[in-house]
Amino acid sequence: MFGAGGGTSSYQEVEETDVIFLWGSNARETHPIFFHHVLKAVHAGARLFSVDPRRTTSAQWADAWLGIDVGTDVALSNTMAREILHAGLHNREFIERATTGFDEYAASVEPWTLERGQEETGVPAEIIRDAAHAYARADRAIICWTLGITEHHNAVDNVFALINLALLTGHVGRYGSGLNPLRGQNNVQGGGDMGAIPNKLPGFQDVERDDEARAKFEAAWGVTIEPRYGWHLTQMFEAMERRELRTLYVVGENPAQSEADTAHAVELLEGLDHLVVQDIFMTRTAELADVVLPASASWCEAEGTVTNSERRVQRVRKALEPPGGARDDIEIVCDIAARMGHDLGPPDAESVWNELRSLSPMHAGMTYPRLDELGGIQWPCYDEQHPGELFLHGRLWESPISGPPAPFNVVEHAPPVDKLSDEFPIRLTTGRRLDSYNTGVQSGGYASPLRRRESLNLSPEDCERLGLDEGELVKVSSRRGSVYAPVRIDETLRPGLAFMTFHFPEEVETNVLTIDATDPKSGTAEFKASAIRVDRLSDAERTGQAASQIAVPAK
Amino acid sequence: MSAVPVTIRRTVELQIDGDAVRVPEGSTILDACKARGLDIPTLCYGETLTPVNACRVCMVEVEGSRVLVPSCARKAEDGMVVRTRSDRVDHSRKMVLEFLGSSVDLSTTQHVDRWNREYGAAPERYGPPAPPAPEGARDRAQAGRHHAGDGQTAATVAQPVKIDNENYVRDYAKCILCYKCVEGCGTDWQNTFAIAVAGRGFDARIATEFDAPLPDSACVYCGNCIAVCPTGALMFKSEYDLRQAGGWDESAQTVTETICSYCGVGCSLELHVQDNTIVKVTSPLDHGVTHGNLCVKGRFGFQYVQNRAPGADDGA
Repeated sequence: MFGAGGGTSSYQEVEETDVIFLWGSNARETHPIFFHHVLKAVHAGARLFSVDPRRTTSAQWADAWLGIDVGTDVALSNTMAREILHAGLHNREFIERATTGFDEYAASVEPWTLERGQEETGVPAEIIRDAAHAYARADRAIICWTLGITEHHNAVDNVFALINLALLTGHVGRYGSGLNPLRGQNNVQGGGDMGAIPNKLPGFQDVERDDEARAKFEAAWGVTIEPRYGWHLTQMFEAMERRELRTLYVVGENPAQSEADTAHAVELLEGLDHLVVQDIFMTRTAELADVVLPASASWCEAEGTVTNSERRVQRVRKALEPPGGARDDIEIVCDIAARMGHDLGPPDAESVWNELRSLSPMHAGMTYPRLDELGGIQWPCYDEQHPGELFLHGRLWESPISGPPAPFNVVEHAPPVDKLSDEFPIRLTTGRRLDSYNTGVQSGGYASPLRRRESLNLSPEDCERLGLDEGELVKVSSRRGSVYAPVRIDETLRPGLAFMTFHFPEEVETNVLTIDATDPKSGTAEFKASAIRVDRLSDAERTGQAASQIAVPAK
Repeated sequence: MSAVPVTIRRTVELQIDGDAVRVPEGSTILDACKARGLDIPTLCYGETLTPVNACRVCMVEVEGSRVLVPSCARKAEDGMVVRTRSDRVDHSRKMVLEFLGSSVDLSTTQHVDRWNREYGAAPERYGPPAPPAPEGARDRAQAGRHHAGDGQTAATVAQPVKIDNENYVRDYAKCILCYKCVEGCGTDWQNTFAIAVAGRGFDARIATEFDAPLPDSACVYCGNCIAVCPTGALMFKSEYDLRQAGGWDESAQTVTETICSYCGVGCSLELHVQDNTIVKVTSPLDHGVTHGNLCVKGRFGFQYVQNRAPGADDGA
């Protein structure tokens, strides 16, 4: 945000803040060790607010649970903003000095009375009011979010909605106040840092607009870099659809199972001229490939770095010899480059890292010895004396501020694309469970006493209304397809809300149900909001399906 | 730019075994002793845990105090005069080591043999150990119903090991009731509260609610209890199985620090590797992200890198 894609605060600040919002995040299960820091704060007296359609295990620790209807985050944020403004709790001095676009923003939230907010979000007006006041009055306050914010068709607007609240109250750029996306994978942050996003070179240097940076990379690499943004994953699939993208090189990703609307994704992958997959497993995607390059596991069979959700760059190290034939990703890439007639230099992690340091100013001071000595370093770290930064955007508190002011962004509530109807009356949302992870490729490998097979979680009320018993196999259908899953009665769900994971695609392909409506700005699919119906099975269907269910071992 | 708050710490000066020592205010006597390079035995102390003063092996003498004080919990004060090796202190430590050593299996507790020699502790003088309790007997013991021993054998907490899941085993014959697992599972870190101390006196034991097997309890398998256990009562099943088979060999192990492969929190892992196989996972206590704690995926979720197909190592 404000030019650098990373969480603004440190975990240590979370322990010492006064108000924490977990917005669309069940950190207790999805980021358990981060939640330890939250619990330190809670025990020290901080107020915790959980904004989540489900009354999750995180919400059970909260002072208040704001159980919003799926996809009404902007409505809630705008309602909180109006309440803060009308109560005079906004930080006028900060807004004046460090932001732009306030008047337009203030006008845009004016229609969002507490009553309208309650109607749209399902959260009682007095709880919205209490949350707004607590956030605005706190000396320090932190908002954390996860995919509950970003896996929507309006993902970027949702993030803007949270940034707006922080700008309105001055809760950013200070110790203990900030905005923090909790990253879902061990190097999502690092991937962005290293330029594995379509619009940036490493170190968040813009490939289109930053001529100086581009020239620097061109000189170092001896190539011409076109000043043109690339495609993100969703755009690549669109390009495959147009038959414009014909060759795909997939590294460590399993889109054949992780993409929304799976059947369509597989069809597109099968239709490619050439598909190369580099992975540690023979994934479903790898099975479709023309060439499979077996890779070593980057976190324990190779050297390198990853970046976490507090921007801390840390080293991963080789502890195991990879199985025969599997090779370090760096070696594979260097070898492919050599076949194409390019010498990328020595294929070792530290050399690659030092090249990165010479090109990305925010990583310049992070030598391997310093990363070892300091237990990782939080970017930016401009030189070898720089200790790294606990929090970002302190410049907004300088008077006058250095750099450009932070803009408010007017955002309008836009409900989920997959509308509820008489035919599809139940809202399905998806997420992770504590002991499992994504499509189960990694987490399926160990024995967990917590693990239960995939299920369709429904509220006790819905189960009673539909006459469903715990464990009963049902047919779950969306506008895109159907799957069979056993019912689990889940008291954390309200009537009309269902929950599934996508941890067991061999058993239940949840992403057959999800919609590939994507956010035009970020390319994220709306995994969090599908419209479904639940049908009981006839005896014959039940026998047939039960047999095929049991035949598939729980992974 | 608003600065990071700085905590200004005053210092206090105390005397330890005749030497003046200056430490930051808030330090414990144990911290001060460590700063002096003194070796104070500890069992229930954990650098990431709130002191519970359970084991009484770190007791020292403080001038003016009627009783010995636990050095792990007592804060150093200006002008304090501390003796770490008086007759009283040594006698107390010997007694604690003998009581524990005669009733608990300390075979996998670090340093105990050395401490026994140093303090002249001879746990065997309490007689041969009484036969182990049958499975579940200690879990069913009721307060006030404990029968005195026969005077010929040493009463013990010996009992069969509890193995009810694939991740870790509980060998309560090795449990000294130090409370560290309870603290780690409770408010100090995990806040899951799956275990607590049940029973009274010699029948006291660490238990899940109603002694339910772990898979039926509130346990979430973070393994943070194993990480703090000082006696090996709680042990990774991978380590337990190797020890049972006689294959556990720490001298043949490497420990490599890396970062967990799951979510984006960035937990530091120490991979203990023997014969190119991860045999247990720990996290450094002084790492600011984890403070030594992990979740079930970080602690046990590594198996996918070593579910190798037969023959895979031959390049097949």
